[in-house]
Parts: sequence; C-alpha cells; structure tokens
Amino acid sequence: MLQGVVSGLLFGGVYSLMAVGLTLIFGVMRVVNFAHGDMMVWGMYLAYVLAARAGVDPYVSFLVCAAALFALGLGVQRGLVDRIVDAPHEMQILLMLGVALVLENVALLAFGPEPTRVRSPLASATLWLGPVFVDVARLVTFLVAVALTTALWAFLFRTDLGRTIRAAADNTYGALVIGTDVRRVYAVAFGVGAACVGAAGALVSPILPFQPPTGLSLSVASFNIVIIGGMGSLLGAFVGGLLVSLAESLGAVFLKPSLKELFSFSLLIVILLFRPAGLFGRRSA
Amino acid sequence: MSLLEARGLAKRFGGLQAVAGLDLEVGRGEMHGLIGPNGAGKTTVFNLLSGFLVPDAGEIVLNGRSIVGLAPHAICRLGLARTFQIVRPFPRMTVLENVRVGALVRYPRASEALARARDVVARVGLGPRERVPAGALTLADRKRLELARALATDPALLLLDEVMAGLNPTEIETIIGLIRSIHESGVSILLIEHNMRAVMALSQRIVVLSFGERIAEGAPADIANHPKVVEAYLGEEYVRAAPA
Amino acid sequence: MRWALAGGVVALLALPAVLSSYAVTLFILIFFYGFLGQAWNIVGGYAGQLSAGHAAFVGVGGYTATMLSIELGLTPWVGMLVGGALAALLGAIIGYLGFRFGLRGFYFVLLTVAFAEICRVGVSNIDALGGPLGLYITFTGDPRQFQFQDGRAYYYIALALMLLATLTAWAIERRRFGIYLAAIREDEAAAEALGVNAFKYKMLAMVVSSFLTGLGGTFYAFYLFSLQPNTLFGIPLSVEIIIRPIVGGAGTLLGPILGSFILTPLAEISRLYLGQGGYHGAHLIAYGVLLIAVVLFLPEGAYPRLRRALARRAGEAR
Repeated sequence: MLQGVVSGLLFGGVYSLMAVGLTLIFGVMRVVNFAHGDMMVWGMYLAYVLAARAGVDPYVSFLVCAAALFALGLGVQRGLVDRIVDAPHEMQILLMLGVALVLENVALLAFGPEPTRVRSPLASATLWLGPVFVDVARLVTFLVAVALTTALWAFLFRTDLGRTIRAAADNTYGALVIGTDVRRVYAVAFGVGAACVGAAGALVSPILPFQPPTGLSLSVASFNIVIIGGMGSLLGAFVGGLLVSLAESLGAVFLKPSLKELFSFSLLIVILLFRPAGLFGRRSA
Repeated sequence: MSLLEARGLAKRFGGLQAVAGLDLEVGRGEMHGLIGPNGAGKTTVFNLLSGFLVPDAGEIVLNGRSIVGLAPHAICRLGLARTFQIVRPFPRMTVLENVRVGALVRYPRASEALARARDVVARVGLGPRERVPAGALTLADRKRLELARALATDPALLLLDEVMAGLNPTEIETIIGLIRSIHESGVSILLIEHNMRAVMALSQRIVVLSFGERIAEGAPADIANHPKVVEAYLGEEYVRAAPA
Repeated sequence: MRWALAGGVVALLALPAVLSSYAVTLFILIFFYGFLGQAWNIVGGYAGQLSAGHAAFVGVGGYTATMLSIELGLTPWVGMLVGGALAALLGAIIGYLGFRFGLRGFYFVLLTVAFAEICRVGVSNIDALGGPLGLYITFTGDPRQFQFQDGRAYYYIALALMLLATLTAWAIERRRFGIYLAAIREDEAAAEALGVNAFKYKMLAMVVSSFLTGLGGTFYAFYLFSLQPNTLFGIPLSVEIIIRPIVGGAGTLLGPILGSFILTPLAEISRLYLGQGGYHGAHLIAYGVLLIAVVLFLPEGAYPRLRRALARRAGEAR
C-alpha cells in the first residue's frame, strides 16, 4: 500500500500541472475548459509523433509540446472564446464542448482508436528508494512537473505580465479601468493553461496508455481536482492534484481497474454536492 | 396587529455584522422609508425579509405568520413582493410577458394572467411598450417594469429597493406619483432610497440604519435634523433638504 | 402557420407509400432523434438546464424493457412504460441532487455527465445485464413484442413518439408551467421573487424529460435488436440528443424537429462517405464544428432566425 501512496504522489505532479492549467483559464476568464483533457491528449500524441518520427524523447520534447499547445490555446481563445465573453454561460459551455468534440474526433481520425504509449528509455527503469521501488519515469515526471509549476508560479508572481494576469483574474473590471489589454491577458492565460497540459501530456505519455477518448477522463480528473482545491485557487489546484492522484492510486489498489472510472465519477459527484458554498448562500449555518 | 413585524433581526457575513438586532414594523396601509449611508445593511434587510437570506437570529412575522426560513417564492405568495436594486428583467420576454410571470401567482391560468398583466402594465404607464422585449427598454422603463412585475403579484407589502437610482428628475417625479397611487390603492410599502426629497415626501415614518443598527426612527420632519442621522451622513447635505 | 404544420403532419403520414425502404429508414432516424431532442428540449431548452447525460435515460429505459422482456416475457409495450418510469426516477434523483445542492451551469453539466458515465461503466461491469458486450434480442417479428417485419411500422411509431413529445412541449409551453420555466431560464432569482418555485418546476421538467427519453430507449433497443452500454449510455449518444435542438433552436417548439431534419441526413451522408476504414465518427467532427458555429453565429438556433426571415418576407409581400 505504501507503494500505492508513493506512486500516487508521484503521478500527482502531473495532475497538479493539469489542474493549475485549468485554474488559470477559469480564474482569469471564468471559462470552463471542457476541452482540457482533449488538449492534453493532443500533447500526448504530439510527443508520440516526435518520438516516433524524430526520435525525440518525451522528457525533452515536452517543451515543444508545451509551446505547440500554447499556440493552440492562444488560437482557441483569440478565435473563439473571445467572441463570446459577454454571452450567457451556457454558450461558453457549448463552445468548449464543440472544441472538445472536434479535438477528440480529429485525433480519432488521425491516430485511430487503439491505445498507444510512447517509448522512452526511462520508461522501464526503476529505482529502489528504501522500502518502495520507484518508476524512474514517474519520478522524472514528478520532478519536471514540480519544476514547471514552480516556473509558472514565478511567472505569475514575479513578472509584470504574470501580475497583470492575476490582477485581471481578481478584478477584470478594475484591470480594464487601469488600461490593461485584457484581451491579450486572456489569450496569454489560455495559452499558458493549454501549455501546462501540453507539457503534462508529454510527460505522462510513456507512463499512461492513451487513446482519443482518454480526453474525457482527464478532463473529469482536472475538474475533480480544481473543484476540490477551490475554483480559482492555484495553490488549491496544486495540492488538490496530489490529493486526488493519491486517492485514485489507493482506489486502484482496492478496486478492479475497470471500476477506476466509476470511482472518479463518483468522487466528482460527491465533490460537486459538497463543495464550498456558492454565491447565493440562502442556507445559513 | 401590524402587517409586518421584525424583531431582533441579525445577519453576519464572516467578520462583518451586516445587520444587528434590528426591529422593524410596518402597519397596514402604511408607507415607510428605510434610509442610511451606503453599506448600512439596507438591502441585506430586504434580502432577509424576502427570504433570499436566512437570518442568524430574530423573528419576522407577516400577517401574523412567521416567515423565517421560507423560500422567496413562498413569501411572495404570502403577500410580500420586492424589487431589486439592480433591476432584473427577463430580457428576452416582452414587457407584458414579464409582468404576466408575476400575475400567475394569483391567476394561475395563462390567459387570465395575461389580462391582469395588461391592466398592471397600463397602470404603470408602459401600455404603449407592451410588446417591447425587456432587454430593449430604457432604465426608467425597466424600473417601471420591475415595479409592475412585483405589483402584479398582488402584494400586501411591497419592498422597493432604490427604485429611483439612476433616474433623472422628471422620471423621479413620475415614479413618485406612481408609488403614491399604488400606496393609495391599499398596498403597504417599505422603501429604500437615497433620494431624500422623495423619501421625505412619501414616507409616513422613516427608519435610519447605520452599520446594521437602527439609529433613529420617526416622522420625516424629526429625522431630518436628528443629530445621530446627521452624524451618520456626515458631510452630506441631503438631510437638510426640506420636505416637499 | 397551423395549416402549414397540419399539412406537414398529413404529408408525413402519407409519405411511406412513396418512399424507398432506405428513405423510410432515414425518416425513422429523423423522427427518433427529433423525439429525443424534443424530450431533452423540455429541460435543456425551456428550463435552460443543460444536461449532457441524457443518454443515461435512454439506457435505463432500453435495458429495463429488454430485461423485462427477456426474463419475464413482458411485452415491451408495457416494458416501455416501466422503462420510462425508471428513467424518470433517475431523472428525479439527478434533478434533486443538482437542484437542491444549487448546481447551475457547468456544475450541473458535470453532474449529468458523471451520472451517465457511472451508468455506462456500471452496466458494463454487470454480467447479468450482458456486460460490455450487451444484450441481444431475438427476432420474432411479433408485433405484441414490439417487433415488426415491415419497416414502415417503425416509421409510424417513431413519428408518433415525435408528435407525442412535441405535443407535450406545446402543452407545457402555453401553460403556467412553461412560462415559469422560461422565467427560470431567464433569471432564476428574479423568478423566485415573483412566486416561482424554481426547484419544483425544474424537477417537473426533469422528470417529464427523462420519462419521455426513457420511452425512446425501448424503441432504440427493439429497433436495433441489440444494446451495448457504450452506445446506449455513452457521450456520443448524449451529443446526438442535444445537438439537434441546439442547432435548430433550444426552447422553441419546432427547433428540435428542424434540427433533426437538417442534421440527421447530414450525419447519414457523412457516415456513408467518410465512414471508411471502420471509423464512423467523422460526423462528430462536423457536430463539433456546427456547435461552435451555432454558438458564435446563431446562438438562438436556426428556427428563430428562420421564423424572423419568413415574417419579414411576409411583411414585405404586403
């Protein structure tokens, strides 16, 4: 079981990265990125293509994947999301559902429905750390994910652009008043959010077998984490990522693998029902 | 027995005590004003009375019946209707359809509700704009629509939240006249207003709130020069305005 | 307008006499998805509660009737009602959890998706229900067992279902129920302040919608003679259900029907020409693009736009 704990924690680095990306998008734009998981799957396929065609190891190519997904996110935001900032929320949900549909099915068309995995020399290496043995791949994934999250944190808290993004997330109207180019901020935020999953996808591609429908489970996992951690809280997303990964890992120890999805979705329902109080607060303590 | 009696009303949001131990009473057929500086808790009081917030403590009795903990729709059916400070029309429905929603409370049949809505719409002066989608109305008309909708529920008590905010002097005069005529038809009214002239002109009694507490209560003339009231509004000249 | 509609219905009734059997099949699909879309429309369009998990109700309805038929020999004509009732029960549960706990917008969408997926994975893992391979219905051609030799019987049943759902929506639309739903959709809090019990009406909409959708499950099962959990509870079916009313005009009476008449032939064509190599999902890409296009350019759907264009034309003709 300790094994499960360690594996879970290490995988959590990736979950955290995914969740932080989603939080960034939601926090700044109040847009729920239903295509989050599908974008990550594209990161995975991109890593696969780079490995298969150009022989680039995913632990290197993750930077390229991040950049590519950044461009995708930017494009989606500029081209699509930007046009409906003022529309009712249902429209925004439907828009991102549409994007998810397109991403998933183009991947299906391009790569077929069979599960794939990326080959990496690190993938089969293991280490002994005390009483548990550790997948080197997972360890590297964890370390890189943490490094990326730290870099993101530094970006958001130490650079001007980062601070501007946080300001826009806190108070869009105020940011507009002081002359922030909010559209640019939105685009960058979306791009960075997508880049996060691009990197996460590449990092995870040797460990997790994936196929186009995996996008949905990844999206659900992201939502789980972000809702637990508190919508809009970056720290919450990070910690939540570790926690949810841990929970899933322990769940996998005790449950049949095919029931893992059942567990995730049930967790999601429980979280949805008991999440922190919403805006209207009629139920007083 | 008064129409509405609230005793010891309290509501806290985290570290902020928005309303503290408030007593309020509105008798049948009366029109009262609720005033106070921004942030005094006036809208919170309305939210408590209309069921959008549940009080931490206190009693609210409407027509002899306790309404604490009831849902807003139930309170509306019992005869208490409210308007919102920032108007909330149903944008894609026409003026008539908007008001019909309110009328359905007392006239469950859609056709009867429509007829009743038509009357109310004409009454507030929106007749010519019956078929205009609410999203296309001017602010003054939206305020009238908000009023009409609440009126269509046939309330015994009407809570008006800053109905005059954002209106120009002519529009204000019109609304004052409208409110007066509604009052004269037998509806009790509690109004929150910043427009002192209007409050003084309309109210029979005024309650003054500051930081969630009642600091003064009385007839308009008494309130105007009440030292505590002046202090609460420190720096503002409104209080010295003579009643119309 | 009413004359046009009446004429349309009469035409549809007479059509099978002149259509090829392939065309009849196409119309069956148009009517069936129009039916499902209209059922969804009641809660998703009129009440404005976006559900992306309606396939769960199809699944519950279909599996219930099928199991009752296989195990107890119960005729699907009755099994259909039982299936609908169970689907309504599921709808009530989802509705209760969602509405009591204040889940709106995307939280509600997630809830519905979660339930549908739980049903899918759950049923896949229950061998008594056929597991991942599903159930098969033996062909007997017995009308009392909801089986027909002639495809045209299915045509009329599907048409009847679509008309049933549409009449239900029409009855709701013109009464207080429908007006209240519209108010809830526009601004739930303002509606509450006007005496609308939002919880009650949303629940009612959910139950009616899920009941009707459950009926559709039986049709689906006995038309295709097989059920698989991935098909019957899966997201692709939920997408098929919602895309037609959204494109055609959610919250309008004819929107889902128009949407089905537009999209179903398109889907069939793309399935025919692009479905090579075993991949039948090309039309899902088209759906995704359409969804995006509708949101960006035609948010209220095709039908309202069409109606306005026709009204303007009528105005100019004077």
